[in-house]
Amino acid sequence: MNLEQGAPIVVGLAGQPNVGKSTIFNLLTGLRQHVGNWPGKTVERREGTCVHDGVELRVVDLPGTYSLTANSLEERIARDFILQERPDVVVMIANAAAIERNLYLLAELLCLPVPIVLGINMMDVAAAEGIEIEAHVLSAALGMVVVSMVASRAEGVSTLVTEAARLAQNPAGFNPARPEIGAAHRDVLANLRGLLGNSVPPPYPPEWVALKLLEGDQEITELARSWNPDGNWQKISALLHAHEDAELDIAGGRYEWIGRMVRAAVKQPRLGEISLTDRLDRYAVHPIWGMAILLVVFIAIFGLTFQLAAPIQEWLDERVVASGRAWLRTGLPAPQWFSAFLADGVAGGAGTVLTFLPVLMVFFAVLALFEDTGYLARAAYVMDRFMHFMGLHGKSFLPLFLGFGCNVPAVIGTRVIEARAARLLTILLAPFVPCSARLAVLAFLTPVFFGSWALPVAVGLASLNLWVLATIGVALNYTVFKGQQTPFIMELPLYHAPTARNVVYYLWQNTRAFLTKAGTIILLMSIAIWALGYFPGPDLEKSYLGRLGYALSPLGELLGMDWRLLVALLSSFIAKENAIAALGILYGSGESGEGLAEILSVRVTPAAGLAFLTATMLFIPCAATIAVMRQETGQWRWVLASIGLMLFVSLFAAVIAYQIGRVFGLGIPHA
Amino acid sequence: LLAELEPGALAIVREVGGGRAFAGRLASMGLVVGSRLEVLQNSPHGPMLIRVRDTRIALGRGEAAKVLAEKVTG
Repeated sequence: MNLEQGAPIVVGLAGQPNVGKSTIFNLLTGLRQHVGNWPGKTVERREGTCVHDGVELRVVDLPGTYSLTANSLEERIARDFILQERPDVVVMIANAAAIERNLYLLAELLCLPVPIVLGINMMDVAAAEGIEIEAHVLSAALGMVVVSMVASRAEGVSTLVTEAARLAQNPAGFNPARPEIGAAHRDVLANLRGLLGNSVPPPYPPEWVALKLLEGDQEITELARSWNPDGNWQKISALLHAHEDAELDIAGGRYEWIGRMVRAAVKQPRLGEISLTDRLDRYAVHPIWGMAILLVVFIAIFGLTFQLAAPIQEWLDERVVASGRAWLRTGLPAPQWFSAFLADGVAGGAGTVLTFLPVLMVFFAVLALFEDTGYLARAAYVMDRFMHFMGLHGKSFLPLFLGFGCNVPAVIGTRVIEARAARLLTILLAPFVPCSARLAVLAFLTPVFFGSWALPVAVGLASLNLWVLATIGVALNYTVFKGQQTPFIMELPLYHAPTARNVVYYLWQNTRAFLTKAGTIILLMSIAIWALGYFPGPDLEKSYLGRLGYALSPLGELLGMDWRLLVALLSSFIAKENAIAALGILYGSGESGEGLAEILSVRVTPAAGLAFLTATMLFIPCAATIAVMRQETGQWRWVLASIGLMLFVSLFAAVIAYQIGRVFGLGIPHA
Repeated sequence: LLAELEPGALAIVREVGGGRAFAGRLASMGLVVGSRLEVLQNSPHGPMLIRVRDTRIALGRGEAAKVLAEKVTG
């Protein structure tokens, strides 16, 4: 093998969704990955390097797309990468269990000027479904290298890389079979190509542009219009208009071609054989059983999360953060304000937020486990009918569900929703999902205020959040986002055993994102709030924050909340769990080290406590969530809309809660 | 109509309405005119589930109403 010095080989990793592409990407690049965004887009761009037999490869993971027609951002990104960055080779991964549909993408890729290696993954899953594929027969038919793989066991990956490197070094040898357009439109295509003449600038191949025009691709149509003088464009446009049916013919022609390619190589299962997926789906997507199963999964995820992680969180909070802060406050040979800055601003704010890492990690790990089996797509399917009342569909369920762990990944997770209106609505609704931090506040404070009634009150308040979410969703659907129904089309992948590697990577990526946020935005915000509460001194009551609390006390009257509760509520803006830390400082439990619960139960009436909890549960999104909302919507106005909405809803609900509480005689402290 | 077929029914797609983008998306997931499909689930409300070319596709009711399919036996 000739060792090429200098530039590494650029490999584009393409494939449809649910083919195990990320598993292969992770196997190839390990931890040598870089995650960024595609220029100007909110779609993740992952690339990494790997060295194989002394050859360095730079692997770019393209978004998983079913086709290369510019219907979605992902599809546009995938094809722009191939056209403009000209990778040396494209490795396409196909799912053996749905080979025909997967080869549709290959049929599209083959129209682009790039050599391709085909990897057929999940051979084991296909075999379990009774599908057998002979790679060498398919390879002979297609005239290209086909590697059979089981990526979950790392089988075939090494061969795939070797073949990709070999092809990249000798691209002239790539001469595969290519799909042809149906006879009915062959002349039309030739005409179109003729009309385009040499108006098509590089890097676009003219033949491909003609084909895409005939398919009605919007982006290419606009480009071609800009390339051609008006007179010529009118001719092209007239020709296209006369053959609007060509798209179906092209798609149909591709499947016909695929059918010929796989005929000899693929053995389909006998009819009437019932696979494992069918058997499981009989219950998992059933309108009634499906809901029951979802409920059980739901409880399992939360049960596991809080059983496993809550003790660790408590331990971190009490042993590590609290004692660390005590040491910082007294044991440090530094000016007093600096010790306070480290102890309260850094450790008390960002440090406390970090203690929630175990909760998040367990939540994400359990979620990754379900995701990797293919179950979550079923959950989205089952929930679809309910999401429709809010003008959303099943796909919005998953990001909202993530919100129970943390609203930040929920907002980021809305990327799976194609339609912008539905995505915006989901982003606006996401902060209403009670995140683990708010649930922790709830779990800590309800026993304080309500004693033996703690559990029903806590469940009631969490349900209130979901009820408000649904109500606002329905209301927005009938007003702001009126009539923007988005199509629900989703693949339900085959069930398969989850692999530890995928779960670990999912966990690692989400954890890293959270740590980055905690180290930057959350840290800065904690310091800012600390400064507002520390200066100009001498104590919190006289600080800027305290003064703000006093200024708001007329409002507090309505809510039954004094300035301390108001300030605690405001401080939850940094991070929801700060409400507890702030109460600790404000009610002076810091010195005695404990007893916040006792102090609160004596000094705050249950009605005021109810109002405080209601407001905290529904209060404006935390700083980190706001930051990602800005990033994902690209505009401040949606973020401001969300803040205004939640501010109004939370205060309104808190007033009602307080007044109801008083009516029921909760207006006096129970000592 | 696809939306009216009962679970277990086999059918052949005769027409896909709803515009080019919609038809293109279905095509890329394996559903084109002439494809054979099997209805896996269809309840009066909520989405329906079909199998076409070894792929299970969930379709909303509105989407299913745009696909014209003819029932076949065997």
